[in-house]
Amino acid sequence: MYSISRDKLDSLYSAIAENYDLFMPLKAAGKTNYGFWSEGAEGDIDTLKTIRSGKDAFFPQVEQLYTVNREFIPADVAGGEEAEKAADTPIRTKLSITPGKLVDHDFVVFGMRPCDVRGIEVMDNVYLKDPVDSYYKSRRDHGIVVALACHEPEESCFCTVFGIDPADPSKAKADVATWLIEDKLYWKPITEKGEALTAKLASMFEEDSQADAKVDAEKAAIENIAGQLPNAELSLEGWGAGKTDEKFDSPVWDKVYKGCLGCGTCTFVCPTCQCYDIKDYTTKDGIQRYRCWDSCMYSDFTLMAGGQNRQTQLQRFRQRFMHKLVYYPTNNDGMFMCVGCGRCVEKCPQSLNIVKVIKAFAKETKEVSADV
Amino acid sequence: MCDCNNGRDILVPQVGIITGITQETPDVKTFKVNAPDGGKLFEHMPGQCAMVCIPGVSEGMFSITSSPTNKEYQEFSIKKCGLLTEQLHGLRVGDMVTVRGPYGNSFPVETEFKGKNLLFIAGGIGLAPLRSVINYCLDNRDNYGRIDILYGSRSADDLVKLQEIQEVWMKAPNVNVYLTIDREQEGWDGHVGFVPTYLKEIGFSTDCIGIVCGPPIMIKFVLQGLKELGFTDEQIYTTLELRMKCGVGKCGRCNIGSKYVCKDGPVFRFDQIDELPNEY
Amino acid sequence: MQELINRLKELLTDGTVVRAIGWKKGDMPYNPEPAYFTTPEELDDFVYDGFCGANLSKMMIEAGKLEGKTAVCLKPCDTYSFNQLIREHRVNRENAYIIGVGCRGKLDIEKAREAGIKGIKSISGVEIEGDGEVVFDTAYGQKTMDYKDLMLDRCHVCKGKDHVIFDEIIGESQDTGDADRFEEVRKIETMTPEERFAFFKSELSKCIRCNACRNVCPACSCRKCVFDNTKFDSQQKANVDSFEEKMFHIIRAFHVAGRCTDCGECSRVCPEGIPLHLFNRKFIKDIDDFYGEFQAGKDPEAQSPLTDYTFEDLEPKDAVGRGDK
Repeated sequence: MYSISRDKLDSLYSAIAENYDLFMPLKAAGKTNYGFWSEGAEGDIDTLKTIRSGKDAFFPQVEQLYTVNREFIPADVAGGEEAEKAADTPIRTKLSITPGKLVDHDFVVFGMRPCDVRGIEVMDNVYLKDPVDSYYKSRRDHGIVVALACHEPEESCFCTVFGIDPADPSKAKADVATWLIEDKLYWKPITEKGEALTAKLASMFEEDSQADAKVDAEKAAIENIAGQLPNAELSLEGWGAGKTDEKFDSPVWDKVYKGCLGCGTCTFVCPTCQCYDIKDYTTKDGIQRYRCWDSCMYSDFTLMAGGQNRQTQLQRFRQRFMHKLVYYPTNNDGMFMCVGCGRCVEKCPQSLNIVKVIKAFAKETKEVSADV
Repeated sequence: MCDCNNGRDILVPQVGIITGITQETPDVKTFKVNAPDGGKLFEHMPGQCAMVCIPGVSEGMFSITSSPTNKEYQEFSIKKCGLLTEQLHGLRVGDMVTVRGPYGNSFPVETEFKGKNLLFIAGGIGLAPLRSVINYCLDNRDNYGRIDILYGSRSADDLVKLQEIQEVWMKAPNVNVYLTIDREQEGWDGHVGFVPTYLKEIGFSTDCIGIVCGPPIMIKFVLQGLKELGFTDEQIYTTLELRMKCGVGKCGRCNIGSKYVCKDGPVFRFDQIDELPNEY
Repeated sequence: MQELINRLKELLTDGTVVRAIGWKKGDMPYNPEPAYFTTPEELDDFVYDGFCGANLSKMMIEAGKLEGKTAVCLKPCDTYSFNQLIREHRVNRENAYIIGVGCRGKLDIEKAREAGIKGIKSISGVEIEGDGEVVFDTAYGQKTMDYKDLMLDRCHVCKGKDHVIFDEIIGESQDTGDADRFEEVRKIETMTPEERFAFFKSELSKCIRCNACRNVCPACSCRKCVFDNTKFDSQQKANVDSFEEKMFHIIRAFHVAGRCTDCGECSRVCPEGIPLHLFNRKFIKDIDDFYGEFQAGKDPEAQSPLTDYTFEDLEPKDAVGRGDK
């Protein structure tokens, strides 16, 4: 295993940035979010949770799909009439489409926590399934994920409930696993991509014979804390593939949704939320068709001109959690769509979150079986 | 799902040119669409849909109403009821739109329907998706048994494709067409009454497969009527419609339970629908 | 707190109210949840402590439409929002039973996080009646912080300890203000336009258009927000370019100008910690300067200076000096 001393980290970022775009947690205006590193930016891998998850690297909030150029042809021909042969139809409005560019150069996502890496795995199951989303795929192919262990988990974390190990990023689907312990960053390539990246940066690292011992001690420390966190024992019983009928009509939904404002904060900070909208932006250089994050919590998410819609906040609230805990597992061999990162726990303006929903159902089941 | 997008991402459409427009009823127009070089944009199976877009306005999922056996063009019958459809109605022959597709599953015309008697029940614009199936069957007539078509609308002016119904369908071999309108109208001497009522009056035998499409309230009562006549859920097909954006089951919008209407549907059998949660 | 719970139980049992709006115990010690209570048993989960910063007045818009009266727990600053909602005919005063709850300032867990406190297992010292330090029992040992250092920014510019509307008061309140309300605004006013732009650009580039600020704001109660209306180009769900980042907030600040009571909820709920209150306070300061001191929500009968025209009003050309003030 390799290591690099903490005070050399800025040079490491600089070295990576010479050959790749570097996407990593940056501190700006007092908060830490993922962004592209450039000289002078303040890299921050000490803060445990970035506000936005790393899914931006592969699924940006706004993404150009294609541009349409429109030309109105002046009608000196009697327009508007059907031609004998379709190919002879006089054109009134001419459209031409330019597909958006796919990412074609490598980039590094640095400092991703194991929960966020699992979040990418969750999105892979949606976007890389037939028909493949080529925008997502090109980013995935060119992205090199450098995962970072969670030095001091927070009380809102509960990734262990979903089988994620905060202490060992080598178990996550990452290319390189790293640990930040005291004054050194320990670096262990996992995949071929990771080896290739390491080789390019070889001059920055040194082989460290102490590394294994240090990392093992750190892993033990992290696992100890993770076990003490309030939600470490959260039970997912009753949730998972095939539980639609059981959960859908439950009266518990009516009890948990009332505070929900329908704002969409939870969906935007969540590492696995991947619903999107497709919209048009008309500019003088053509009409840009782009996709952007959307939220099932918004009242117009399913609104049709013909009328049918999820009209109440209860329906929308239920949809979000059923999707995370039942529908996605049903379609993906039981894998849950929540990674226990705890961002919804921290950021909901009304203090609602997935843990409260799971606990409310557990309480109800206990009460019902107590009555019987 | 086809991979026929010429190497472009599934979300990037082709350009289509409107080569013909017919005003079917006061609020329904049928658009003939071709590729700019005159051919068809893509191949499809009956029941599939495509996303039609006016750049700068919006994109919407519409069922392809022409049958794939039509080698020359594809047709969309579109009812004016919202922002996009209003703008579509303002287009003229020679205007271009973008189209991508085909999306969704199709009616099992080559499997379950083959050799069977078919009963089509439609209301209003609900005839649009079924027309694709009906014309496919008529163009492959020997593959199917008796075809009954029960179609009703608010008024005689709201019957979509009336000319084709009268000049082609009514004259096709072993095809029975039953038309009805909701209320008495001058000049109409056909049946008057709602589709579910007419269905009970005629009383079809259960030796066929039922295919229903129309407003949700009509579907509800038709289903009841069919059940009373002895039809089972496994015998009845329909198409569902929800707001869609991507069309490929990724944007997370059109799900009912764990099924996406754009990808696992829009064609569903009623026993499959029974398994879905009561969302809408 | 027990007095408050007992009183709510009484009101429910004797039928004065059909439901009560208050806070339910959270799954963490610092995240109580605004909730409805319909039976005395449910009130066993009721909590009212230093982390109950949420302004419950906006929930009365929907609750007021239901059958029967609703009891609602409002802190002194919340009552200004409620008055403003009455003024705008958004809530039904008849259907509300307002319990003015005592407050000695509310706490911001982000301040604890910024001080490096994490792995929190339990917190003490945040009760309503209390005086000492706040003690955190964490997985990394015990930490303490001063109550004042943990307080929400808005509590440092407290509007006062008096409830401006109530049916009864339970508990004592303190005026926790110890800072000048417009100090931050003045600091920005002295910046050059370039510095000001750079400051707001850096803050607003964090914005993810989550709409938490809009949805929690009592002044934003339009049934169809202009940003949700497909008929306008303003309906963009994300910031396609940096112009849009600023546009949303500037437009929203204009829409609530003169009606914003400075309740501070927008800044409290912003997941990115953007100091949104600065826009609103700048407008309030300008309105005070141009039209005389005015506090929205203090008096439900008062006319807002932006809808009341007098001969003494400032000339428009003097009000819109760009970049000077």
